[in-house]
Amino acid sequence: MKYLHLVLAALFRRKTRTAFTLLSVLAAFLLFGMLDAVRTAFDAGTNAAGVDRMIVSSRFSIIQPLPYSLLNQIGTVPGVKAVAYANWFGGTYQDPKNFFPNFAISPNYLDLYPEIVLPPAERKAFDATRTGAVVGATLARRFGWKIGDKIPLIGSIFPKRDGGSTWTFDLVGIFKVRNPQLKGLEQQMLFHWKYFDEANAYYRNQVGWYIVKVADPAQSDRIAQAIDRLSQNSDHETRTETEQAFQLAFAKQIGDIGLIVGGIMAAVFFTLLLLTGNTMAQAVRERIPELAVLKTLGFSNRAVLLLVLAESMLLVVLGGVLGLGLAALLMPAVNAAAGGQIVLPPVGVATWTLGIVLMLVIGLVVGALPALRGMRLNIVDALAGR
Amino acid sequence: MTALVEIRKLSKTYVRGKQKVEVLHGVDLDIAGGDFLALMGPSGSGKTTLLNLIGGLDTPSAGSISVGGQRIDQLGSGALARWRASHVGFVFQFYNLLPMLSAQKNVELPLLLTRLSAAQRRRNASIALQLVGLQDRATHKPNELSGGQQQRVAIARAFVSDPALLVCDEPTGDLDRQSAEEVLGLLQRLNREHGKTIVMVTHDPKAAEYATHTLHLDKGELVEAAALAH
Repeated sequence: MKYLHLVLAALFRRKTRTAFTLLSVLAAFLLFGMLDAVRTAFDAGTNAAGVDRMIVSSRFSIIQPLPYSLLNQIGTVPGVKAVAYANWFGGTYQDPKNFFPNFAISPNYLDLYPEIVLPPAERKAFDATRTGAVVGATLARRFGWKIGDKIPLIGSIFPKRDGGSTWTFDLVGIFKVRNPQLKGLEQQMLFHWKYFDEANAYYRNQVGWYIVKVADPAQSDRIAQAIDRLSQNSDHETRTETEQAFQLAFAKQIGDIGLIVGGIMAAVFFTLLLLTGNTMAQAVRERIPELAVLKTLGFSNRAVLLLVLAESMLLVVLGGVLGLGLAALLMPAVNAAAGGQIVLPPVGVATWTLGIVLMLVIGLVVGALPALRGMRLNIVDALAGR
Repeated sequence: MTALVEIRKLSKTYVRGKQKVEVLHGVDLDIAGGDFLALMGPSGSGKTTLLNLIGGLDTPSAGSISVGGQRIDQLGSGALARWRASHVGFVFQFYNLLPMLSAQKNVELPLLLTRLSAAQRRRNASIALQLVGLQDRATHKPNELSGGQQQRVAIARAFVSDPALLVCDEPTGDLDRQSAEEVLGLLQRLNREHGKTIVMVTHDPKAAEYATHTLHLDKGELVEAAALAH
């Protein structure tokens, strides 16, 4: 600590240059904080997926329906505790741009998703109302919906049997999700599959996918094979996988977010390395006579090396912490501005930890060459300006 | 008087590109403790090289240097750095203060290498600045001080850790006459009143008059030793 004033004095020797370098580090880590939140949001569903749930979908495509008759057969497979089902609806509210996930679900669907918290009275009302629907709190806020409202959705994929495309639902419940990693679920709307099955023009007795709750997650492989054997060599062969694997595959249909974010950040940090490395090299080059004076006074080679390294690490850590801090402050504002269409998680401990490690590594890398130069400098030559 | 510095058959050869330049040839010299020695000679005669070797900033190509009985030519770079920190103070022609630090902080620099507490470092640096008459300029940065004042801060930095030996390379070379006399008077006081052994390189015969001895170097050899009575 007794050398801190030396490090700070060296760092702020050229205030304008240091300020610009700090700004570039800040911008890089602001971007890192926000992009990592996007990656975390995409990973959240996968990471928090129920370990005791499996998804049974068509082996050929997620949009290929499965027969309703499979329900009882799946229920007889040893190790299966409960089976629910759902169907993607894809309706929009008033305008096609008002898109959000909406599904037709089986009566016991909510029993398999305890993370979706619906007050008992609202659950009762949902069970009793054929055209009833429940929505997440985030979605309700987004459109200003309240219980008792009638919600008209345009069924662009599934028109009604009577020729119309407007499906009207009675909003009977608003659910919440306590796990912050699963907040995205609060953007969903759920309604009865029975109503969907009876009223849509295309499907009859078909479901999009089954959700299977298993008694012992360790038996998942065996159960998956047994379920898939039920429809082997039929026109509706199934693929049964853990919910985590299913969601991972679903997310990858959009793109490998982790890879995209990683690629962007690698480019940003590489540029930052060059920029900050150049600044540090220039700063040390200018201070060669001063470093020689320190050595003259008795500072060892190692002490000079550590002083320069501390300077570069402090520069990056200072800018990085400001950048990540700003990202943490901006995240709620971004969510608010998006009106609930995007729900980015706050900058979490994992992002901060990774960020701090990156700051230290970048600081070390950019400081290494100038520090070695300072360490190796010959006092006599440096004082003579050679 | 016992010799503080003992130099035997000292040679120094520099390699500049493909050329070898022998700057010092077999110099023998004893500097007594409490001496104020002026080293004079034409440019390129080896004065600064000899000073650097005595101060442990450079290592000889041949021969030996003992300071206070310790063979500094045999020390590794780390041990030599530690030796410099506790045994020798340096004064340069161009002051070589750190521009971003105040006078007080510049004087405290050598004390960072000691076990003194922050309060003790502050107190010792204040006393040193008081001795050079700059206690009222403690918070000023070097660019807020005149050349003479900067050199006095550099002198305070040189003796703040109480080394036995001060090496001064053209300490008045960048100063006007009045400032030069102040600086030389200060060095003389440190020699006479505080017993510091001083080795000073100078071109200026008037500066050399402040010393107790003057030695002349020419082409890397001591050519004359004149004891001046003061």
